[in-house]
Amino acid sequence: MYIGRVSGTVVATIKNELFESRKLLVVERLDLNGHATPKYDIAVDMVQAGVGDVVLVLDEGNSARQIVGREPLGAIRAVVVGIVDEVTVGNAALDLEALRVFPNRWTSNPGGEP
Amino acid sequence: MQFARVIGTLVASRKAEGLEGVKLLVVQPLDKHLQPQGEPAIAADGTAQAGPGELVFVIASREAALALPEVFVPVDLAITGIVDETDIV
Repeated sequence: MYIGRVSGTVVATIKNELFESRKLLVVERLDLNGHATPKYDIAVDMVQAGVGDVVLVLDEGNSARQIVGREPLGAIRAVVVGIVDEVTVGNAALDLEALRVFPNRWTSNPGGEP
Repeated sequence: MQFARVIGTLVASRKAEGLEGVKLLVVQPLDKHLQPQGEPAIAADGTAQAGPGELVFVIASREAALALPEVFVPVDLAITGIVDETDIV
Protein backbone atom coordinates (compact mmCIF):
# COMPACT_ATOMS: atom_id res chain seq x y z
CA MET A 1 0.00 0.00 0.00
CA TYR A 2 1.08 3.57 -0.43
CA ILE A 3 0.06 7.08 0.53
CA GLY A 4 -1.36 9.20 -2.25
CA ARG A 5 -3.22 12.40 -2.90
CA VAL A 6 -6.40 12.44 -4.94
CA SER A 7 -5.75 14.79 -7.82
CA GLY A 8 -8.73 14.20 -10.06
CA THR A 9 -11.67 12.12 -11.18
CA VAL A 10 -12.31 10.09 -14.31
CA VAL A 11 -15.66 9.74 -16.05
CA ALA A 12 -16.13 6.95 -18.57
CA THR A 13 -19.27 5.59 -20.19
CA ILE A 14 -17.61 2.70 -21.98
CA LYS A 15 -15.69 0.71 -19.39
CA ASN A 16 -15.23 -2.72 -17.87
CA GLU A 17 -18.51 -3.73 -16.20
CA LEU A 18 -16.66 -4.02 -12.90
CA PHE A 19 -16.35 -0.24 -12.75
CA GLU A 20 -20.05 0.41 -13.29
CA SER A 21 -21.46 2.55 -10.46
CA ARG A 22 -18.00 2.88 -8.93
CA LYS A 23 -16.03 6.10 -8.68
CA LEU A 24 -12.62 6.27 -10.36
CA LEU A 25 -10.02 8.63 -8.89
CA VAL A 26 -6.63 9.76 -10.14
CA VAL A 27 -4.26 9.35 -7.19
CA GLU A 28 -0.71 10.64 -7.30
CA ARG A 29 1.76 8.76 -5.19
CA LEU A 30 3.44 10.69 -2.36
CA ASP A 31 6.78 9.98 -0.74
CA LEU A 32 7.03 9.96 3.04
CA ASN A 33 7.97 13.64 3.05
CA GLY A 34 4.64 14.39 1.41
CA HIS A 35 6.14 15.22 -1.98
CA ALA A 36 4.36 14.12 -5.13
CA THR A 37 6.22 11.54 -7.22
CA PRO A 38 5.72 10.99 -10.98
CA LYS A 39 3.81 7.77 -10.26
CA TYR A 40 0.02 7.68 -10.23
CA ASP A 41 -2.87 5.28 -10.45
CA ILE A 42 -6.46 5.44 -11.59
CA ALA A 43 -7.99 3.75 -8.56
CA VAL A 44 -11.46 2.57 -7.55
CA ASP A 45 -12.80 4.54 -4.58
CA MET A 46 -14.21 2.50 -1.68
CA VAL A 47 -14.20 5.20 1.02
CA GLN A 48 -15.94 8.23 -0.51
CA ALA A 49 -12.67 10.11 -0.97
CA GLY A 50 -12.53 13.38 -2.88
CA VAL A 51 -10.07 15.62 -4.67
CA GLY A 52 -7.40 16.90 -2.27
CA ASP A 53 -7.74 14.02 0.21
CA VAL A 54 -4.62 12.17 1.32
CA VAL A 55 -5.51 8.51 0.97
CA LEU A 56 -4.24 4.99 1.48
CA VAL A 57 -4.05 3.06 -1.80
CA LEU A 58 -3.90 -0.69 -2.18
CA ASP A 59 -2.20 -1.85 -5.38
CA GLU A 60 -2.54 -5.62 -5.49
CA GLY A 61 -5.02 -7.58 -7.54
CA ASN A 62 -6.15 -10.37 -5.22
CA SER A 63 -6.81 -8.03 -2.29
CA ALA A 64 -8.57 -5.60 -4.59
CA ARG A 65 -10.89 -8.32 -5.89
CA GLN A 66 -11.60 -9.40 -2.31
CA ILE A 67 -12.60 -5.85 -1.36
CA VAL A 68 -15.03 -5.42 -4.24
CA GLY A 69 -16.35 -8.97 -3.80
CA ARG A 70 -15.20 -10.16 -7.20
CA GLU A 71 -12.96 -13.12 -6.51
CA PRO A 72 -11.31 -14.82 -8.26
CA LEU A 73 -11.75 -12.84 -11.48
CA GLY A 74 -11.99 -9.10 -11.94
CA ALA A 75 -9.82 -6.60 -13.79
CA ILE A 76 -9.05 -4.45 -10.79
CA ARG A 77 -5.83 -3.64 -8.95
CA ALA A 78 -5.61 -0.16 -7.43
CA VAL A 79 -8.22 0.64 -4.76
CA VAL A 80 -8.51 3.63 -2.41
CA VAL A 81 -9.01 1.87 0.93
CA GLY A 82 -8.65 4.70 3.45
CA ILE A 83 -8.58 8.43 4.08
CA VAL A 84 -5.43 9.21 6.06
CA ASP A 85 -5.86 11.22 9.29
CA GLU A 86 -2.27 11.17 10.45
CA VAL A 87 1.13 9.87 9.39
CA THR A 88 4.17 9.96 11.64
CA VAL A 89 7.64 8.98 10.44
CA GLY A 90 10.19 8.96 13.25
CA ASN A 91 9.08 11.87 15.42
CA ALA A 92 7.78 14.04 12.61
CA ALA A 93 4.11 14.10 11.66
CA LEU A 94 3.21 14.85 8.06
CA ASP A 95 1.25 18.08 7.66
CA LEU A 96 -1.74 16.68 5.81
CA GLU A 97 -3.60 20.00 5.64
CA ALA A 98 -0.70 21.55 3.74
CA LEU A 99 -0.89 18.67 1.26
CA ARG A 100 -4.51 19.29 0.39
CA VAL A 101 -5.04 20.83 -2.99
CA PHE A 102 -8.39 21.84 -4.35
CA PRO A 103 -9.67 21.54 -7.88
CA ASN A 104 -9.79 24.59 -10.03
CA ARG A 105 -13.53 24.31 -10.41
CA TRP A 106 -16.03 26.93 -11.44
CA THR A 107 -16.77 29.48 -8.75
CA SER A 108 -19.11 32.43 -8.62
CA ASN A 109 -16.31 34.41 -6.97
CA PRO A 110 -13.23 33.63 -9.07
CA GLY A 111 -11.07 36.35 -7.53
CA GLY A 112 -11.60 34.90 -4.09
CA GLU A 113 -12.40 38.35 -2.73
CA PRO A 114 -15.18 38.73 -0.17
CA MET B 1 -4.61 1.75 -14.12
CA GLN B 2 -2.98 4.52 -16.09
CA PHE B 3 -4.01 6.86 -18.87
CA ALA B 4 -3.00 6.08 -22.46
CA ARG B 5 -3.71 7.48 -25.90
CA VAL B 6 -4.58 5.05 -28.70
CA ILE B 7 -2.19 5.85 -31.54
CA GLY B 8 -2.65 2.90 -33.86
CA THR B 9 -3.90 -0.57 -34.60
CA LEU B 10 -2.16 -3.89 -34.99
CA VAL B 11 -3.15 -6.94 -36.99
CA ALA B 12 -1.48 -10.34 -36.63
CA SER B 13 -2.81 -13.37 -38.46
CA ARG B 14 -0.60 -15.89 -36.63
CA LYS B 15 -1.07 -15.52 -32.91
CA ALA B 16 -0.56 -17.52 -29.74
CA GLU B 17 -3.48 -19.69 -28.75
CA GLY B 18 -6.16 -17.64 -27.00
CA LEU B 19 -5.46 -14.45 -28.88
CA GLU B 20 -7.89 -15.21 -31.69
CA GLY B 21 -10.48 -12.47 -31.87
CA VAL B 22 -8.60 -10.23 -29.46
CA LYS B 23 -8.39 -6.68 -30.82
CA LEU B 24 -4.92 -5.18 -30.47
CA LEU B 25 -4.16 -1.47 -30.40
CA VAL B 26 -0.96 0.58 -30.17
CA VAL B 27 -1.11 2.88 -27.14
CA GLN B 28 1.14 5.64 -25.84
CA PRO B 29 1.18 5.63 -21.99
CA LEU B 30 0.53 9.06 -20.45
CA ASP B 31 1.52 10.70 -17.18
CA LYS B 32 -1.01 12.26 -14.79
CA HIS B 33 -0.95 15.48 -16.83
CA LEU B 34 -1.89 13.42 -19.91
CA GLN B 35 1.55 13.98 -21.46
CA PRO B 36 3.36 11.06 -23.17
CA GLN B 37 5.50 9.05 -20.78
CA GLY B 38 7.65 6.11 -21.82
CA GLU B 39 7.53 4.00 -24.93
CA PRO B 40 4.37 3.02 -26.84
CA ALA B 41 3.05 -0.46 -26.12
CA ILE B 42 0.52 -2.91 -27.54
CA ALA B 43 -2.68 -3.38 -25.58
CA ALA B 44 -5.63 -5.73 -25.97
CA ASP B 45 -8.92 -3.84 -26.15
CA GLY B 46 -11.13 -4.94 -23.25
CA THR B 47 -13.85 -2.48 -24.27
CA ALA B 48 -13.89 -3.66 -27.91
CA GLN B 49 -14.85 -0.08 -28.81
CA ALA B 50 -11.64 1.96 -28.56
CA GLY B 51 -10.02 3.48 -31.63
CA PRO B 52 -7.10 5.68 -32.68
CA GLY B 53 -7.04 9.12 -31.05
CA GLU B 54 -9.05 8.13 -28.00
CA LEU B 55 -8.03 8.74 -24.40
CA VAL B 56 -8.35 5.48 -22.51
CA PHE B 57 -7.20 3.85 -19.32
CA VAL B 58 -5.24 0.62 -19.28
CA ILE B 59 -4.56 -2.10 -16.74
CA ALA B 60 -1.28 -4.02 -16.72
CA SER B 61 0.12 -7.40 -15.63
CA ARG B 62 -2.12 -10.34 -14.68
CA GLU B 63 -5.19 -8.12 -14.40
CA ALA B 64 -4.95 -7.29 -18.11
CA ALA B 65 -6.23 -10.71 -19.13
CA LEU B 66 -9.06 -10.40 -16.60
CA ALA B 67 -10.36 -7.40 -18.56
CA LEU B 68 -11.06 -9.59 -21.59
CA PRO B 69 -14.02 -11.91 -22.22
CA GLU B 70 -11.67 -14.94 -22.07
CA VAL B 71 -9.51 -14.56 -18.96
CA PHE B 72 -6.75 -17.14 -19.51
CA VAL B 73 -5.06 -15.45 -22.45
CA PRO B 74 -1.49 -14.24 -22.91
CA VAL B 75 -1.77 -10.44 -22.62
CA ASP B 76 -0.03 -8.02 -20.25
CA LEU B 77 -1.82 -4.76 -21.05
CA ALA B 78 -5.50 -4.15 -21.69
CA ILE B 79 -7.78 -1.18 -22.22
CA THR B 80 -10.46 -1.11 -19.51
CA GLY B 81 -12.29 2.10 -20.34
CA ILE B 82 -12.65 5.08 -22.66
CA VAL B 83 -12.39 8.44 -20.87
CA ASP B 84 -15.28 10.88 -21.41
CA GLU B 85 -14.03 13.46 -18.96
CA THR B 86 -11.33 13.96 -16.39
CA ASP B 87 -10.35 16.87 -14.18
CA ILE B 88 -6.87 16.71 -12.75
CA VAL B 89 -5.47 19.34 -10.41
